[in-house]
Amino acid sequence: MDLIYKPWPWYVSGPLIALVMFLLIMIGKRFGMSSNLRTLCTICGAGKHANFFKFDWKSQKWNLVVVLGTIIGGFIGANFLSADISVNINPDTISELSSLGFSSAGTTYLPTELFGTDVFSDIKGMALLIIGGLLVGFGARYAGGCTSGHAISGLSNLQVPSLIAVIGFFIGGLFMVHVLFPLIF
Amino acid sequence: MRTFVYLVIGIFFGIVLFKSEAASWFRIYEMFQFDSFHMYGIIGSALAIGVLGIQLIKRFNIKSFYGEKIAFDPKEKGFKRYLVGGIFFGLGWALAGACPGPIFTLLGAGFLPILIVLVSAVLGTYIYGLLKDKLPH
Repeated sequence: MDLIYKPWPWYVSGPLIALVMFLLIMIGKRFGMSSNLRTLCTICGAGKHANFFKFDWKSQKWNLVVVLGTIIGGFIGANFLSADISVNINPDTISELSSLGFSSAGTTYLPTELFGTDVFSDIKGMALLIIGGLLVGFGARYAGGCTSGHAISGLSNLQVPSLIAVIGFFIGGLFMVHVLFPLIF
Repeated sequence: MRTFVYLVIGIFFGIVLFKSEAASWFRIYEMFQFDSFHMYGIIGSALAIGVLGIQLIKRFNIKSFYGEKIAFDPKEKGFKRYLVGGIFFGLGWALAGACPGPIFTLLGAGFLPILIVLVSAVLGTYIYGLLKDKLPH
């Protein structure tokens, strides 16, 4: 039982994520999270402004229920299944991060510099979260999927477009971390 | 009944994302620094099982739990949208440290600032919808 409360190793987590994908396939659905963002736009009335949002969102209700579950799962994981939520990253990473000014590295689940409640009164931190969110939403829909839809589902089905998208994910991510982070932080 | 099944799968997914630390900004940073095998192990093992399982479903024509045929729609052909869109997504993934699944997990875990990321991601999707016809695909 003790093992459940510790962070789960990759060789447990990866197969469980594959299981989620197969459960969805076996009930006639597909694994993809970012399409929910489009559904949320449609529910908010975006169909009046762009054809892209004109679709029957009720057909996607099932995926919104999965999202609701994902939120509840996060609550359960953090509150009932974890003794200590600090993330034990590589000491080299911790020292790289502290040189960028992230003193919380290695002691928390998310950096308090970006995700502490102080961020609501910190213009720079807020701006970074907003830009990050905009890029995630815009990029996921432009690329037609995110980590779940392309990196897991698409690549599992040996889709070349998904491979191109995942290469793009890494070009963007590496550029952000190696080139832009030293300028931003 | 089916709604309940979706909810349970979602809950399970949320727990896995939290407990695997795939929802941790630090793990994403560490991945892009190539400092740990953790994230590559998660995606790689999910993928290995995924490839194998989908091949089996296709080869043996396995039906869904409801007895329906399982069809995999191929992704639309293209290059630019996948590469350029992917780069935009990757920039955001590294900055916010969360992709769409973990955004919801973190919301449930009680990290309120992730709401800013979520609202912005919905807005980013909206901006894509407005610009769609003007963007190269």
